[in-house]
Amino acid sequence: MATPLNAPATADIIARATALFEDLSFTSAREWKAAKPGRKVIGYMPIYVPRELIHAADMLPLGIVGGGDQLEVIHGDAYYQSYICRIPRSTIELGVSGRIDFVDGMLFPSICDVIRNLSGMWKMMFPHVYSHYFDVPQNYRDDIGGNFYVNELAELRHDLSELRGKPITDDELRHSIKVYNENRRLVRDLYDFRAEKPWQAPAAEVYLMVRAGLVLPVEEHTVMLRDYLAAARAEERPMRDNCRIVLTGMFCEQPPLNLIKSLELSGCYVVDDDLLLVTRWLIGDVETAGDPLVNLSSAFLHHSESTAAKYEPNQKEKGQHLVRAVKRTNAEGVIFAAPSFCDPALLERPMLQHVLKDAGIPYIAFKYAENSGQMQPIREQAGTFADSIKLWSAA
Amino acid sequence: MTTQTKIVTSRAPVKEAVKDASMLKQKEMMAAHYDRLTSAPETGDKVAATFVPGNLNELLMCFDLLNNLPEVNAIQNGLRRVSGSYVLEAEKIGHSEDVCTYVKSDIGMMAKGNLAPNGKKFPNPDVLLLSYTGCFTFMKWFELLREQYKCETIMLHTPYMGDGKITKNMTDYMVKQLKEEVIPTLERVSGVKFDIDRLREYLKKSTKAEDDLVRVLQSAKSKPSPIDAYFGGIYYIGPIFGAFRGTQDAVDYYKFLREEVEDRMAKGLGPVTPDGDMGKEKYRLVVEGPPNYTSFRQFWKMFYDEGAVVVASSYTKVGGVYDFGFRHDPDKPLETLAEYCLGVYTNRSLPMRIDMLVNYINEYEADGLLINSIKSCNSFSAGQLLMMREVEKRTGKPAAFVESDLVDPRYFSAANIKNRLESYFQMVDQKRAGVDAAA
Repeated sequence: MATPLNAPATADIIARATALFEDLSFTSAREWKAAKPGRKVIGYMPIYVPRELIHAADMLPLGIVGGGDQLEVIHGDAYYQSYICRIPRSTIELGVSGRIDFVDGMLFPSICDVIRNLSGMWKMMFPHVYSHYFDVPQNYRDDIGGNFYVNELAELRHDLSELRGKPITDDELRHSIKVYNENRRLVRDLYDFRAEKPWQAPAAEVYLMVRAGLVLPVEEHTVMLRDYLAAARAEERPMRDNCRIVLTGMFCEQPPLNLIKSLELSGCYVVDDDLLLVTRWLIGDVETAGDPLVNLSSAFLHHSESTAAKYEPNQKEKGQHLVRAVKRTNAEGVIFAAPSFCDPALLERPMLQHVLKDAGIPYIAFKYAENSGQMQPIREQAGTFADSIKLWSAA
Repeated sequence: MTTQTKIVTSRAPVKEAVKDASMLKQKEMMAAHYDRLTSAPETGDKVAATFVPGNLNELLMCFDLLNNLPEVNAIQNGLRRVSGSYVLEAEKIGHSEDVCTYVKSDIGMMAKGNLAPNGKKFPNPDVLLLSYTGCFTFMKWFELLREQYKCETIMLHTPYMGDGKITKNMTDYMVKQLKEEVIPTLERVSGVKFDIDRLREYLKKSTKAEDDLVRVLQSAKSKPSPIDAYFGGIYYIGPIFGAFRGTQDAVDYYKFLREEVEDRMAKGLGPVTPDGDMGKEKYRLVVEGPPNYTSFRQFWKMFYDEGAVVVASSYTKVGGVYDFGFRHDPDKPLETLAEYCLGVYTNRSLPMRIDMLVNYINEYEADGLLINSIKSCNSFSAGQLLMMREVEKRTGKPAAFVESDLVDPRYFSAANIKNRLESYFQMVDQKRAGVDAAA
């Protein structure tokens, strides 16, 4: 495919996404806020919040996923014992150091006890900021969990309306749902493209592209995704003799970018992952006709990703999402990579491994922290895994 | 009422632990319960496994189900010093060293024969009633058990009090789950039809026991305190947090306990410790966090040797917060179960937890706060350092921090904890001296 003359190349797009990723002061979000009086920014943590509600209030949803490996945590460590994961301490560091002092509200989704307790800490440490624990149902019946969730959505809608100073209308919400549907379609396209030709869309690039969606206005991110897909499809890149793996367990605290790069360098193409799930939590389009809160609820209950923070009511279904991901992407194995001290991921892991074992899918497991510096052990482990897959395949 | 008996524990060949009459009575109750559980295959009784925080014992009894609590089993294994090998066993079969040791003790126990404290095999549960009140780990724990037992599992989702209040939406959601999911499934599993009047009767009994429990816990406002509300408190909460809430046994036990404590109070006595009556009360503390169970007695001794008595603790509210007025209400049986679950300590927001601790320090005239931070319990531990600072700021009383684990003996460092406690007691002394000097 020929690239249009004025179309950006992948390198340019990735350079921008990298700059956004590295900017721990969130300059682009600050600029967005400053561009028009009265604009507000609402931060949110992993794994899922209905960004449509924030968007419908003319606010910018800003994904906060910790400080990564470039942030020196000075104050945050004083709030946590050594056996608590990294993401809450670096998030506090972002708060205490003023890096997110422009954020008007913070949402703490229901994911684990650490993030849950962080919601209370935030209320105490930043009392001037709207702070809300966003609960989601673990019951998936429309008339039970659905009713609860619609009311929780209504409460959030009410709070955001108060912050904005005027109600969020149904039409505004329907428009936002459409905008996010389009964005999710493109993220899915990106994932499909990578699964098809992982050498054309390296995992680190895909990560940066999706990560940009946490800080950019959704409309801008949609354009960026479209541009990247066009550019990536047009470029010819060498195909390595890598095996194809699904990466799982990284839905909350993020790995260092170098870790993702290291996996590919050691012989593993990442063809699916659970990084930054908020961008594709809802699997299909959300219905736009009818009551928008009911539609968001229905999508959450019936068409959302499986992950450790959700209860799986059906034992037979437990872990099958991973088997399906492997089949859908023609993967040859699974890498379990969980943050140290991440209860959901680490408690889930043995159950998923049993399912994979029954399905005859090879796997390995390791832990990381967002500030892990030593990649050599991970390279060696992933490299050995890739080699063993090739050997088994040859046999 | 002050009868004390020296009994030889099975794991302590030389040392004798002094127990007061209520402890012995409870021991008999627990033994009888374990016998009922392990006899279930012969008696035909059906068994429900469930958790302490938010446990619905009255409801389970409506279906003639025996209540088996994996956390309590883990505690028993900790106290009997066998949990360490179970934790290692679980790690050997793929569980991370980072996660909850209750879970690993339970999984390891299953792998090593699933033996109850009476040496007989636990029956497989007929149903897992999963209420993950106040702790996400519960959800994974029962998914793990479901994988093993392949039995029916019922989820009762308790929303978190993130904004410090119980909303109508939360209660409606829980009542609807109870009506349309929990009760119909329990009917199917047990073959017993639900009778709401039977539930009301059990709830009436719960309320009586709760009244007496609160009287016992609040006796610690006296000086000296007749109870230790943390180490001794573990015993006091045993029946009501476990399989006895709603039973006549619990009503009788708490009446007996209250009278025993009131007798001690009338005589101006302090708490009974494993080494007998505690000496002079020198320090009054509030403690946040669960205890360590593998070195429980050693840990307690570090306190009573120094004359330190715990006058209030948050851990003794993990299976229900009763001392601020909540009682099970037989007139609204399902709503009251919902409110009970929503209100347990770990389902309360961090600011609410801090308010409770501050209240305890003031109401019980404590000298300060001690936090026992548990390595593998994020529900309790995440945020405790902020709690410590905030409580210090609001009460002017010193706070201290020690670290251990629930049932993993690898994380109990006696010397380290003792050093910290001694430093803390010195800090309290200095603070008192400062106050006295200022006066």
